[in-house]
Amino acid sequence: MSANDVVITGMGLVSSLGEGADRHWQVLSAPGAAPVLEKDRFAPYTVHPLPEIDWSRQIPKRGDQRQMETWQRLGTYAAGLALDDAGIKQDEALLSAMDMIVAAGGGERDTAVDQAILDAGRTRNDRDMLLNEKLTTELRPTLFLAQLSNLLAGNISIVHKVTGSSRTFMGEEGAGVAAVETAAARIRAGQSTHALVGGAFQTEHPDMLLGYELGGLLHRKRWKSVWKRAANDGGGVITGSGAAFLVLESRAHAQERGSTAYAAIGKVESGRARRIDGNLTQAISGLVRALGAPKQRLLAISGASGAHAATGAERSALATAGDFALRGFASLTGHMKEAQFPFAIALAALAIRNGAPYPPFDADNEGAIEGAPRAALATAVGYRRFEGAALVVAA
Amino acid sequence: MARTSDHLGRPVVAVTGIGVVTSLGQGVADNWAALTSGRSGIGPITRFPVEHLATTIAGTVDFLPSSDKGASALTYELAELAALEAVSGAGLDVGDFSGPLMLASPPVELGWHDRFRLYDAADLSLPDYERLLAAAREHPGEDVLDSTQFGGIADRLADRFGTRGLPVTVSTACASGATAIQLGVEAIRRGEAERALAIGSDGSATAEALIRFSLLSALSTQNAEPHKASKPFSRDRDGFVLAEGSAALVLESLDSARARGARVLGIVAGCGEKADDFHRTRSKPDGSPAIAAVRAALADAGLAEDGIDYVNAHGTSTPENDKMEHLSLSTVFGERMKKMPVSSNKSMIGHTLSAAGAVEAVFSILTMTEGVIPPTINYDQPDPSIELDVVPNVKREAQVSTVLSNSFGFGGQNACLVMAREPG
Repeated sequence: MSANDVVITGMGLVSSLGEGADRHWQVLSAPGAAPVLEKDRFAPYTVHPLPEIDWSRQIPKRGDQRQMETWQRLGTYAAGLALDDAGIKQDEALLSAMDMIVAAGGGERDTAVDQAILDAGRTRNDRDMLLNEKLTTELRPTLFLAQLSNLLAGNISIVHKVTGSSRTFMGEEGAGVAAVETAAARIRAGQSTHALVGGAFQTEHPDMLLGYELGGLLHRKRWKSVWKRAANDGGGVITGSGAAFLVLESRAHAQERGSTAYAAIGKVESGRARRIDGNLTQAISGLVRALGAPKQRLLAISGASGAHAATGAERSALATAGDFALRGFASLTGHMKEAQFPFAIALAALAIRNGAPYPPFDADNEGAIEGAPRAALATAVGYRRFEGAALVVAA
Repeated sequence: MARTSDHLGRPVVAVTGIGVVTSLGQGVADNWAALTSGRSGIGPITRFPVEHLATTIAGTVDFLPSSDKGASALTYELAELAALEAVSGAGLDVGDFSGPLMLASPPVELGWHDRFRLYDAADLSLPDYERLLAAAREHPGEDVLDSTQFGGIADRLADRFGTRGLPVTVSTACASGATAIQLGVEAIRRGEAERALAIGSDGSATAEALIRFSLLSALSTQNAEPHKASKPFSRDRDGFVLAEGSAALVLESLDSARARGARVLGIVAGCGEKADDFHRTRSKPDGSPAIAAVRAALADAGLAEDGIDYVNAHGTSTPENDKMEHLSLSTVFGERMKKMPVSSNKSMIGHTLSAAGAVEAVFSILTMTEGVIPPTINYDQPDPSIELDVVPNVKREAQVSTVLSNSFGFGGQNACLVMAREPG
């Protein structure tokens, strides 16, 4: 135990299952949790939609809400939940010294404008000219800001006054891994005392699905758990809208302000396997072994996306790298891309704090585990690239 | 034996390799020659038609094989070229860098040419939302997928250069390049790595990007004389000039650099940052976040206000930035500011966005090694409310030992770097 241990003192979670840490614990700790699905709006693709959210609870100014599209609103909202949960929402001194790393993709494009351009383009040879005509007249000027990756962090600064620093990492699941890893490493090294870290993904937009389907990655038939999706039903990924933000602090900083921690983040390992060489399973095993996990059977909160190759490799790796009770939470939340790793860490920490493991989310493929977890594994293996794993331990 | 740890006992971080590409050309030598002779790389846009556009000029990089292949391909090629120069210049194996990669690059989206191509194959009997999706699943392509994946460029670079671990791709808007350097410096200071490769690259000057900035009234519309449009700190400045470019820096602990007998070009002595909570595109009127970022960089470097010899300004040539930058600098440095040289590379290369912080860090290092301060060109009508020695129009020979390089961006991003000569 050290003064610079990294402890989790707040979390803000949103998914199709609801909002808040408590709500997620209630739903996921009850046996037989059922997914919330939207099957029609993007058929043949199923998505896990956002729950109903009263944005003004975390983004009081209408003007701020209007400046954002759903993705930024979702992230800003979840960040607010995390700050509330950590009890620092109103503490200007702490907020102004707080570091921030957001794992971000991009914001939503204007589908009406894009569709009009595509339709007009069918009968035009001068498509570049068409772009100039349409984009100069039909784009809403402020939409650009709602699309910019770093403006999720920008909005969190504006709405919640987190201003110590603001960094945005990009790169799908790996961005979430690097965000947690970097924030934790900085705290451990004394470069930072407290940090807000997390991400959001809003899947209910055709471009956000296209970002997967350009690689044929989406599952197209009826919902199944991440471990059961067959290759002839598409690429295996079912996406979900959601967000996860964590407040990380040094142990000393948390103790000084009398805050209780959910759990601590032990080692974080990240990697970039050269998957083309076929070594992903070995690479994931290597990451997991490097965490120095306790030898007994361990809860493993897996961020597996369902993408066939990556999910299969993770499953084989975890079958041999230790004794793990897998819990593939994307079966119930959908894949939340940049938010996947922070979400996995949050669920691991919740189980430790609540002194109980989750029942299997898919009893056919996930084994039992008993007793209050003192440690849990959290993983996010990218559907296409980058891998990460962390050991979350009792604080 | 000279010190290899800094005032806080951390490893000193040296720069042992640099590489750069801008509209002025490819490579350090060509860029430096052009920059110090006051040449502009800004010209009329030829990459796409300019009808209907308010701004028809840019500092695009049009001389590379990927120049007409879309933002993702060009950003990669720019990054690769700059990194090849930096890594080989540092005397390291370009295929086995063996340190982490920090890349500053723009967010990428499916390009319009790919969108049209997919739509040409679309089944129009499907509902609107599904047409591109169905066309994509019937014609999946890894290259097109990767052009939309934010981690794709860094992944390729990591393969190319044999960097270690999961590469970080960072976006802090127009401060991204500086943040990438900061991430590398921090990793070395933590002892995680002996060296890191920091790259800023931006090849995203598409019609849509130009229109987006234009709709926010951020761009100069002084199209008639392109090379004169970027005029930081001038009274008649009216916006920045969109540009492309890249720069790479090999960052290395001074211990490691000396142990292998590498040439030390300079050190990154301090990094500072502070977010602004005022507005999405405008700075807090009192300049306090930028002031805090400058002060944080000085403190991190262990320098007082009199410790800086020269400022490599963010100097975008927008009415707002240059006013606020002057306010911040004069607040921190006081009366001294009137005499301390401050120049803006953007007067010649335009605003290279995600790359700018890295490009300007490379030029800051060269300012010290060459003993020459590049000018701020197009300084014909000084803004009387901005009292600065902007090194007007002509380079100046000067012994510069320390440089402050500023980077500010939309979304309240403020990042500052202090660079210095190798400690004796």
